[in-house]
Amino acid sequence: MTPFAYDRAGSSADAIRLAQATAATHYLGGGTNLVDLMREGVATPDRLVDVTGLSAAIEPTPDGLRIDAAVRNTALASDPRVRRDYPLLARAIVAGASAQIRNMATVGGNLLQRTRCAYFYDDAAACNKRVPGAGCDAVDGFNRIHAILGASPACVATHPSDMAVAMAALNAVVTIDGPDGSRDVPLTDFHRLPGGTPEIETVLARGELITAVTLPPLGFGARSTYRKVRDRASYAFALVSVAAAVDVQGGTVADVRLALGGVAHKPWRAFAAEAALRGQPATAASFRAAAEAELADAVPLRDNGFKIELAKRTIVAVLEELTGEAA
Amino acid sequence: MHFTINGRGVDADFDLRTSLLDLLRDHLGLTGSKKGCNQGACGACTVLVDGERINACLALAVQYDGRSITTVEGLADATGLSPLQAAFVEHDGFQCGYCTPGQLCSAMGMIDEVRRGVPSVVAADMADGDIVLDHDELRERMSGNLCRCGAYNGIVNAIADTFAAETHSKEPA
Amino acid sequence: MSVIAEAAKKAQGAVQAVMKTAIANAPDGWIPGGVPDPLIRAKHGLVGTPVSRIDGPLKVKGAARFAAEFPLDGMVYAALAHATIPLGRIATLDTSAAEAVPGVVLVMTYKNAPKMAPPPLFMSNPKAVSGDNLPIFQDADIHWNGQPYAVALAETQEAADHATTLIEVTYDELPARTRFAEAKTNTYPGTFQGEPLLVEIGDAEAALAAAPHKVDVTYTTPRHNHNPIELHAATVRWNGDDLIVHDATQAVTHTAWSLAQIFGLKEEQVHVTSPYVGGGFGSKTLWQHQTLAAAASKVSGRPVRIVLSREGVFRGVGGRTLTEQRVAIGAQADGAFDAIVHTGTIGMTSHNNLPEPFIVATKTAYAAKTFHLDVEVAEMDMVANTFMRAPGEAVGTFALECAVDELAHDMGIDPIALRERNEPEQDPTAGTPFSSRNIVAAYRAGAERFGWDKRQAPGTRREGEWLIGMGCATGTYPYYRMPGGAARLTLTRDARVTVAIAAHEMGMGTSTAHSAVVADRFGLPLDAVTFDYADSKLPGVVLAGGSQQTASIGAAVIAAHRALVTELLKLAGNDSPLAGLKADEVAGYDGGLCKLDEPGRYESYASILGRANRDEVTVEAEAPPPLETQHWSMHSYSAIFVEAAVNAITGETRIRRVLGSFDCGTILNPKTASSQFRGGMIMGLGMALMEEAQFDERSGRIVNPSLAEYHVPVHMDVPAIDIIWTDIPDPHAPMGAHGVGEIGITGVAAAIANAVFNATGKRVRDLPITLDKLL
Ligand SMILES: Cc1cc2nc3c(=O)[nH]c(=O)nc-3n(C[C@H](O)[C@H](O)[C@H](O)COP(=O)(O)OP(=O)(O)OC[C@H]3O[C@@H](n4cnc5c(N)ncnc54)[C@H](O)[C@@H]3O)c2cc1C
Ligand code: FES
Ligand code: FES
Repeated sequence: MTPFAYDRAGSSADAIRLAQATAATHYLGGGTNLVDLMREGVATPDRLVDVTGLSAAIEPTPDGLRIDAAVRNTALASDPRVRRDYPLLARAIVAGASAQIRNMATVGGNLLQRTRCAYFYDDAAACNKRVPGAGCDAVDGFNRIHAILGASPACVATHPSDMAVAMAALNAVVTIDGPDGSRDVPLTDFHRLPGGTPEIETVLARGELITAVTLPPLGFGARSTYRKVRDRASYAFALVSVAAAVDVQGGTVADVRLALGGVAHKPWRAFAAEAALRGQPATAASFRAAAEAELADAVPLRDNGFKIELAKRTIVAVLEELTGEAA
Repeated sequence: MHFTINGRGVDADFDLRTSLLDLLRDHLGLTGSKKGCNQGACGACTVLVDGERINACLALAVQYDGRSITTVEGLADATGLSPLQAAFVEHDGFQCGYCTPGQLCSAMGMIDEVRRGVPSVVAADMADGDIVLDHDELRERMSGNLCRCGAYNGIVNAIADTFAAETHSKEPA
Repeated sequence: MSVIAEAAKKAQGAVQAVMKTAIANAPDGWIPGGVPDPLIRAKHGLVGTPVSRIDGPLKVKGAARFAAEFPLDGMVYAALAHATIPLGRIATLDTSAAEAVPGVVLVMTYKNAPKMAPPPLFMSNPKAVSGDNLPIFQDADIHWNGQPYAVALAETQEAADHATTLIEVTYDELPARTRFAEAKTNTYPGTFQGEPLLVEIGDAEAALAAAPHKVDVTYTTPRHNHNPIELHAATVRWNGDDLIVHDATQAVTHTAWSLAQIFGLKEEQVHVTSPYVGGGFGSKTLWQHQTLAAAASKVSGRPVRIVLSREGVFRGVGGRTLTEQRVAIGAQADGAFDAIVHTGTIGMTSHNNLPEPFIVATKTAYAAKTFHLDVEVAEMDMVANTFMRAPGEAVGTFALECAVDELAHDMGIDPIALRERNEPEQDPTAGTPFSSRNIVAAYRAGAERFGWDKRQAPGTRREGEWLIGMGCATGTYPYYRMPGGAARLTLTRDARVTVAIAAHEMGMGTSTAHSAVVADRFGLPLDAVTFDYADSKLPGVVLAGGSQQTASIGAAVIAAHRALVTELLKLAGNDSPLAGLKADEVAGYDGGLCKLDEPGRYESYASILGRANRDEVTVEAEAPPPLETQHWSMHSYSAIFVEAAVNAITGETRIRRVLGSFDCGTILNPKTASSQFRGGMIMGLGMALMEEAQFDERSGRIVNPSLAEYHVPVHMDVPAIDIIWTDIPDPHAPMGAHGVGEIGITGVAAAIANAVFNATGKRVRDLPITLDKLL
């Protein structure tokens, strides 16, 4: 780990001001991802601005439930309003990592955690995300956990967060504050696809701080869930995950929210599947058709072709579960 | 910087890169907390901060300035072993003993979470705040603590025995 | 291998073969174990009772001190830099930036390392214990991707770690053998324990071709890593020319001797202790880090602590290698085997000598008219592969026991019945009698308790999304006892006894189980026994490996006890009720000795020593050479039963029930033995479902060197595991007992794969059984 300076921010304004100090200043949440990457030499900040002391409230607002960025994952999953109105989010969070990590991790840090691609972690490997222009060892290497949607020749990494997948389904809005003022960005637009610049992962500009995430009300949010498929029964990242909420009226899908994890460089909102489902009968056949529509453009790599069928099946299973059609 | 460790005030001065785990082990001689990965992937370093379990290896010590930390060395009272520690011995909840301090601290933190109603992914209904610590709940909640010796059965039995109140089902079986 | 080396090996093999026949044909009474250990008959002692670990309280308090937990004055911390090419030479090396880091005391590379001899390779000498025999920091050569090439010492771990990242290195790369498919085109026969891994009895291929029923399939297993939770570590210091090492090792005496060879010292100049080891499973032997710490300590004049990072463990400490195994079985209509073919290839380096011996279980598993067993070595450039829990058997039983299941299914025979049909009367390939083999009984007891009769046809049992299936398989592991066991016993007038032996405690419960054995032998309570171990200054060369430590300690203690009793009888003299008795006629009883068949003839230790005016008696004795293993075919067995659930939608496999029915002789301590069985079985579960060290064949580099990406089972993966055992003593083993450290892992992967087949109708022959293989 390279040496760094450390500051503890008392307010958002304070944090943003402190972060101006050097070009390599990073905000520090729970540290569960950043400290690991610093040890690996992947992240080399010269200054850390600790933002865990900022406001950590969860409050109803006219726009929805506002969650401060410093809220810990455990606190968010335990919040009675979240559990009642957005159970898919609570479930997504507790499906991730371990209880210890969830006690440390913050909402802001969770959204900004970086890929678990092995070649990104190993400084002996080629990785465009770590060293722009270096090439990508994952394209022809071990890529079982890699992307099937939205990848580019430059990068086939996935975003590892569970929480963010649920938030993508919920139309969450990320509030960002920075030297040039504050703005709101829909979570589905917050993370980027890799294209030719996989090192740029989000729309955050240098020095910008996530201050909150707001969950707009969702009438049928209570009928929602999160299903995570992984290589062991717990404490493993998703191979594929599905966040979903459905509103069925008289046997027809009136509205639906669907997002996928483990398949792309960003939490993948399944807009195509949603469009294919609205107004359709809530049957296994329409679920499968919607899943096919979403995965139509999926591209398999050496080791991850199974994810295409797995994603389809998991989408169908989750929708069946939510609409009571499960066997 | 100042910490309260196992109830005692401790002043410490260290390289900012020092993790809470290395502070405990290398600087303060509290080697009960273990290092198995230094990556948040094994749980051997689990300690309680203000009663909550965390992985001390991923915690920069400086972030915990002023906090109250409990390690395995703080679990036993003057009379000997805590009930949970005694149950680990009785149920053979370990072999090499290296993951054990982490398992113990984790279990203490877990029980507190259960009492506070923190949900786990095995709950059928996320909105249900009434948690029964059955076999699945217990195993899921302890899954952040690896044991390569495979003492899992003994660990689960020791915890279930010690915290029988939490493991009783709502309706009589 | 050179021609000369090959000839030497052959000659050695010939001598061994003659010796072997002589030992096999000798009368029982000449062989250790020829007269059963009297302790087997004692029914009322501590042996067999579930004594809790005597070091348990220390461990749960976090007070047991592991290798990295010895503080030394003036100590500095070490960190390693690892090479990033698979083969070649260091071209340029610049350590100046690293040396400039505040707090850095030394950066050592091949340029400034002291002269050291290459480490003695495991099995090249009885005390050799290095994973490979490559010179350490003596030249610019790089032999594998991940080889350490620099060590930094600093006042803090942070500074040392940081310094290693500032070393600038370039390489001249050479073409490396990193692709198994290519390596496989050029193989040679493997040799293990001085004998070729080759058995040919009759013409197995012809018998196979002629057999009316057969299976002929290929199984593959990937690389595995032991991943004990304690990282490899050592704290070292020099005291003049003497080297003191607090190591995490399963071989204290071997390590001391090996380090002495490396540094050109006398064996007694190196002192190694290792009171607690946080798991080993075969990995905690001598790898470069201990030598590097000692060398850097010598150069810097400072005590050194080295703790490998988890990545460092994957890079610098070998694991189990990959295997590709063909198993073909030919059978008659009644199930009798005509032919067993078990052949294949493993990857190995040219600087180690463990050709993963996957055929060893097959040598004794079943009767058959013909055999062809063969392990071929394909050399690769990688970190030296090494012993990992049940080397050979763990992966070998996966292939063999799946194939038996496949044949049984094809023939419409119950797989247990097929196994019983082929139960051998004597060792089917060596011809020696079994010392104790009760696998049929273990199966029967296990099947009944597990409810095997409720097994349904493949793919027919479903609960919701889950397909449920049952599978079983046989596990087996040999009884080993290596030469060199010795122990010192000290009996004091207040009837306390101290055992001193250079044995190890990695979680097996060594001190607990053997304190109980010693207490029983002496007729003393448990708390009258002190067990001193894990120190190279103590007697004995006792490897905690091959599940042989129990037998090694047991035989050494028997020998020392006999000598001590002889001495006591001498001291007792003519005025004692014991007068005139010989050591074999008396036993320890109630704080003294009595005549075996006449307990009234008794005198207490206090009285004997008091009359002789002695405060204590000390004897040291060596165990006899382990000839019993060549006179009898000695093995442990298990029948493993598994109920697996496979998700019909996602392919995820969850293990719902497991039962292990063991036949391992006397169980010394049911509590700690059960834990050993379960621990092995859980490692088998990991091997079956999730474990794989991913080796990138382009670079020869392991890409998942972390516990986040190399999955081992977590709490949620592990159901309650039911354990039963026959408890039939092996009359020819000390205490009637076998080691129980490795048998647990064997058979489990096959039982799981067979259960998955029963659940889904799909055979997965390539481990691990991940969900993609079941979609
Ligand atoms: C072994 C292991 C297993 C895991 N398994 C899972 C899993 O299954 N599912 C899953 O979803 N996650 C998993 N995680 C990842 C974990 O969820 C993340 O590490 C965690 O959410 C990150 O939060 P943090 O607060 O610790 O972030 P930090 O590590 O502190 O920061 C992460 C990044 O966010 C930036 N940052 C932090 N806060 C802000 C802010 N307010 N504004 C702007 N930038 C900010 C930091 O600069 C840094 O770049 C796992 C982690 C580990 C170590
Ligand atoms: S050492 Fe902290 S989780 Fe492994
Ligand atoms: S007791 Fe050894 S790792 Fe758990």
